[in-house]
Amino acid sequence: MIEVRELCREFTVTTKVGRLRRARTKVRAVDSVSFDVAAGEAVGYVGPNGAGKSTTIKMLTGILVPTSGHVRVAGVDPSRARRDLARRIGVAFGQRSQLWWDLPLRDSFDLLRSIYRVDARDHARRLAECVELLDLSGFLDRPVRQLSLGQRMRGEVTAALLHGPELLVLDEPTIGLDLESKERLREFLADLNAQRGTTLLLTTHDLDDIERLCPRLVVIDRGTVLADGPLEALRAEVVPERVLVVDLEKPSEPLTGIRGVVDVRIELGGLRQHLTFRKDETTAAAVIAAVAAQADVHDLVVEEPEIDDVVRRLYARR
Amino acid sequence: MVETYARLLVARLRGQFSYRTSFTIEVFAEALVQAIELAAITILFSHVTALGGFEVHEVILMYAISSTAFGLADLTAGQLNELPNYIRAGSFDMLLLRPLGTLPQVMVADIRLKRIGRTLFGLAAMAYALSHNDIAWTPAKVALAAAAPLAGAVIFGSVWVVACAVCFWLVEGQELANSVTYGSNAFTSYPVTVYSGWLRRLMAFVVPGAFVAYYPGLALLGRDDPLGGPAFLGWISPLVALAAAVGAGLVWRFAVRHYRGTGS
Amino acid sequence: MRAYVHLALAGFRRYSTYRQAMFAGLTANVVFGMLRTAVLVAAVGAAPVAGYDAASAVTYVWLGQGLLAFVVLWGESQLSERIRTGDVVVDLYRPWHLQAALLAEDVGRAAYAAVVRLVPPVAIGALFFPFRWPEPHTWPLFAVSAVLALVISFGMRFILNCTTFWLLDSRGVRNMYEVSSGLLCGLIVPLAFMPEWARDVLWATPFPYLIQAPIDVFLEQGPQWTVLALQAFWAVVVLAAGNLVLSRAVRKVVVQGG
Repeated sequence: MIEVRELCREFTVTTKVGRLRRARTKVRAVDSVSFDVAAGEAVGYVGPNGAGKSTTIKMLTGILVPTSGHVRVAGVDPSRARRDLARRIGVAFGQRSQLWWDLPLRDSFDLLRSIYRVDARDHARRLAECVELLDLSGFLDRPVRQLSLGQRMRGEVTAALLHGPELLVLDEPTIGLDLESKERLREFLADLNAQRGTTLLLTTHDLDDIERLCPRLVVIDRGTVLADGPLEALRAEVVPERVLVVDLEKPSEPLTGIRGVVDVRIELGGLRQHLTFRKDETTAAAVIAAVAAQADVHDLVVEEPEIDDVVRRLYARR
Repeated sequence: MVETYARLLVARLRGQFSYRTSFTIEVFAEALVQAIELAAITILFSHVTALGGFEVHEVILMYAISSTAFGLADLTAGQLNELPNYIRAGSFDMLLLRPLGTLPQVMVADIRLKRIGRTLFGLAAMAYALSHNDIAWTPAKVALAAAAPLAGAVIFGSVWVVACAVCFWLVEGQELANSVTYGSNAFTSYPVTVYSGWLRRLMAFVVPGAFVAYYPGLALLGRDDPLGGPAFLGWISPLVALAAAVGAGLVWRFAVRHYRGTGS
Repeated sequence: MRAYVHLALAGFRRYSTYRQAMFAGLTANVVFGMLRTAVLVAAVGAAPVAGYDAASAVTYVWLGQGLLAFVVLWGESQLSERIRTGDVVVDLYRPWHLQAALLAEDVGRAAYAAVVRLVPPVAIGALFFPFRWPEPHTWPLFAVSAVLALVISFGMRFILNCTTFWLLDSRGVRNMYEVSSGLLCGLIVPLAFMPEWARDVLWATPFPYLIQAPIDVFLEQGPQWTVLALQAFWAVVVLAAGNLVLSRAVRKVVVQGG
């Protein structure tokens, strides 16, 4: 669905040097990025601010023309066939609206139907689906400017889907939303991907979005791809430690001396202990058995590393 | 295709009825903007009998054609004044995501119906000027009287597009563009014989301002060009307009290509 | 007092950062100066009209283009915006007199505008066209007249902006002012060209004191000291009126709790 090879994008930045002179420097916002997204995949494209995420998205959607490199989206070259591409993909930006500010939401949808020349029946069917799944019925006739951010975002996603795109590109779709709106949106997108087979590519700062939606992650920093792979594999590769948290029946000294455990931290005077162990040297079962041999265990849980942690470590590895 | 734009337009117009009270005032204010130049013409002619070799009703005819043309251009291309805001806020990117051309999208994006005030005033002035000049009416001249404001509108619109395309390089360039657009309205309100030197060459022929009202006005009045131009110049405004539109379209394409090439 | 001097300096500095806007505005002044010059010279070239020959017409046009930016005849809605958004409450509770503070800032802005917006058009007019320079003793009078015009313009803009307290959206009112002020203050056509009744009516309003009065002083048309006295009168009137409007507005804000 998406094919990116050695994609580069340079910007010329002019800075003032002295009173009148200006110096022009070239900055590579995207530097030789390559990745593929197969039809039906859901991929998270993450990275810190200024990493080149938006620039990549703009090149994938035909807004910007690459400085060099190869891009194919839905089989077409975005920079050459912008309009053709526009009909085949849907794009929703969290911070920019494609709806008409002072028109009722329904009218915006009508206009989009006309712009994308969607068959009236297809339009009605897709709209009805979105209205039901995203619960739009309460504010369909309200002008967009009066909608809450969460409502507007649901409108934006609907707007991006009305022409039945094969690929949905989302740029920060959950930014600024309250927890409930985020959850509803994620659920909708997950269904869309799983049941309709719509390919998803989303950039986000909210790693819960990734956890919930994207089995695969492409991490970008300073214009280059740092990592690309399933979330689980990245987790295992980047953060080899796991933490076993045990609540004991009786307070105890730190449970040291267990093979593979590299750090022990105690809480509540020894009633709760955090044992960090290396996954490549031992297993959770072995550690639990060793703990049980030393003390009476009331409760225990193995913590997976937070995704933030995974990404942070990836950046730190550079 | 036409239907799509028509729908976009209708949607815009509907949106404006929510502010009906200020709407009337705004229409009136727009008409007044255009009326002020007419007041200036009238005041000047209370002291002189001719400006640039033309008497008051002849000047008013040129003014009226120019006003109607500018009013129509303002109604459609005037929206381009918002381009720097679109670029800054990123909404221009949104237009690029749609399967439509960017220029017509910008032009219908936020049509301000209040601007009809200028056109209405221009039409009223035309009615006055056409009835107060001694015109030897022929079917061809009737057609010219109808075509001149439209061709003028296309010329003004092209000027607007080219001037505003500057904003793709200079985000603050819109005020510069205004000097050109509103300046060409002021220029074409008087016979080009009033001006001289490079100002006339630039505004009348490089920017084809002379074809908005001056030459069609001459043809309607049946007058020879005091500058010695051939008579057919009065009839070719639609062709000039077509050429201007094609030129403006190419400039716009180049500008958008630059925008997508270097980004914002 | 020192605070207001500070504000004036800040105004100067703030406006000196808007270079592109300054350049664009200046371009518009020059374009319209050219066009206006051509039309007026076409009218008065053969024989002087109402005391204007070609040189004084040129001087009138370019001085007018410079003064319009110096006094800010159009488009100024900062206070209005602050009222609309409610930010004005912050301004009202500062230990200053809001009107005086804004005037101080405007004076600073005008000082900058004098250099970059008033002098260049006049210089262009003087360089490329026949120009009418005044007698040496007129220069200080013109300076005073220009400053008084600035104060009157500020006072009128202040009142216009304050209407936002009641109208919520003062765009319509400001729009009408901007549209009509060009003609009423003698920017488009000299007031002397107008019929007698119109002149009588207009000179009884503050409008001509914004543009036409300083131009008359510069061109030494009419009694200069009388013009200055009338400008001073109008300056006091519009400032006092603005002050009254402001105190009403403050009471309204206080009563409504902001």
